[in-house]
Amino acid sequence: MSPNLIHIISIILSLVWCVSCGRQEATPDAISPATTLPEIKSPVMMVDIPGGEYQPFYGSDTALVKVKPFLIDERPVTNGEFLAFVKAYPQWRRSEVKRLYADTNYLHSWIADTVLPAHADLNAPVTQLSWYAAKAYARAVGKRLPTLDEWEWVAMADETVPNARKKKSYSDRIVNLYLVKGKQYNAVKQSPPNYWGVYNFFDLVWEWTDDFNSVLVTGDSRSGEYSDNNLFCAGSATSATDVLNYAAFMRFSMRAGLKAHYTVANLGFRCARDTEPGLNIEVKK
Amino acid sequence: MKSLFFLLAGLLFFSCTPDRTKKELPSDSIFHLSSQWEDQRHQSYQLNALRGKTLVVVMIYTTCKAACPILVADMKKIEKQIKPSYLDKVSLVLVSIDPETDTPARLAEFAETGGMDAPHWVFLRSDEAATQEFANVLSMKYKKISPIDFSHSNIISIFNPDGELILQEEGTGIDAKKVAGRVNETVKGS
Repeated sequence: MSPNLIHIISIILSLVWCVSCGRQEATPDAISPATTLPEIKSPVMMVDIPGGEYQPFYGSDTALVKVKPFLIDERPVTNGEFLAFVKAYPQWRRSEVKRLYADTNYLHSWIADTVLPAHADLNAPVTQLSWYAAKAYARAVGKRLPTLDEWEWVAMADETVPNARKKKSYSDRIVNLYLVKGKQYNAVKQSPPNYWGVYNFFDLVWEWTDDFNSVLVTGDSRSGEYSDNNLFCAGSATSATDVLNYAAFMRFSMRAGLKAHYTVANLGFRCARDTEPGLNIEVKK
Repeated sequence: MKSLFFLLAGLLFFSCTPDRTKKELPSDSIFHLSSQWEDQRHQSYQLNALRGKTLVVVMIYTTCKAACPILVADMKKIEKQIKPSYLDKVSLVLVSIDPETDTPARLAEFAETGGMDAPHWVFLRSDEAATQEFANVLSMKYKKISPIDFSHSNIISIFNPDGELILQEEGTGIDAKKVAGRVNETVKGS
C-alpha cells in the first residue's frame, strides 16, 4: 500500500468518524449534585428562624410537627437576580429550557432570553418559573428551597407575634392580600416585615416550596378523609385542623393543583438553608 | 503514517456510541435526568441507560401493606398482556419512594419472592432528592407519614423509547389491558 493511499484512507476514516459518531453532550442541569456549577451571588439577607413545634394546617394527624432551626431569605428572589442566573446558566433561558423542566409559559413575559419585560422592575419578585428552575437557582446560590413546614412555620407570624393563627384578623388580612390583582409587579420590601423580620410573605406572590407535592389530596390518600372534590370545595375547610385559617386553606389548594413543570404568573420563590456554625453570610438576628 | 492509520481506526472503533443515542433526545424526555440510580442487580446507572425500551413505571415501597401490593399486582397483570416477543424491548420499572429501606438487596429479595426476576423487571432506588424529583416528573404526590409509612398517589406511567410520557393511569384498579395494549402499540411502532 502506498503512503498516499494510506493517507487518503486515514482522511476518509476521520471524516466518517466525525460525521457518524458525534456524541451527545450531557447538559448540566444544576439539579444533579454531581455537576460542578458556576456560583452566582445571592445578595439577599437571610433571617435566623428558631425551630419549634406546630400544628400543621392540613392532615388528620393531631401530632405536632417539629421544625428545626433554619435560615430563610428575608424576601422573594427578584427579576434582577433571576436574570443574572439565566445569564450564567444558558440551559435555564427561555429558549433553551427542557420541556421536562418547564411548560411553554416559562418566563413568557420576558422580551428575550436575557431581556426582562419593558416595564419590569428589577426588584420585583420573579415569577412564571417552574419548581425545577427555582431549585436550580437555589442550588446555584448555595441554598435550597424552604420545606412546606418551614414556610408555614414562618407564615404563622403577623407583624407582632410569632403565632397569630388564633386571631381572626390574621387570616382575613392575608385573604384580602391574596385577592389583590397584579401585585407581583411591585418591588420587594415596600411593606412592613413580620415578627421575624421577613418581608412579603403574603402581599406579592405565592411561593414554591421544596416538597409542595407532599400535599395529598387525591382520592386514594390513605387517611380517606378528603378527596379532590372535598378539597376544592370551600365547605371542606371545616375538615382542616384550623377553621379560622382560610388563607392557609387557599395555599394548600394552590399547592395541590401544581405540577413541578408548571409556571404561573403570580408564583415565585425564596430560598432557605440549614443553620450551620461559621456561615459566611449576612444574617439578621 | 501507518500508526496514524491505526490511531484513526482505533478512534473509529472505540468512540462510536450505539445507534439509539445518536438522535437528539426530545425536550420533554425523562432521559435528561442526570440522577444516579441503583437496581436490584446492584448496577448503578442514569435513567438514560434504559433508553430504547418502552417503560412502564410505578413508584412503590417494599414494606407497604396497603396500595403497593395492588400496584405490583397491576404491573404483573400488565406484563402478562404484553406480547411475549416484545418483552425484551420493554422494562417494567418499580421505583422506590423509600430509598433508605429499599436497598438493592432488599429490592432483589422483593423481586424474587414476587416472581419478578425476569430481565425486563427493573427495581430502582436513588437518594431522597432524586426520588423527589422523579416523583415530580410523574406528577406524583407523596409524603412520609411515619418512619415506616408513606402516603402516595397511585400512578402507572408509560414512556416511549425516547423517554416521552405517553400514558398515565391513576388510582387502584388500573385497566391492565389498556396499558398493555398501549405498550404493544408503542413497541410495534418503534
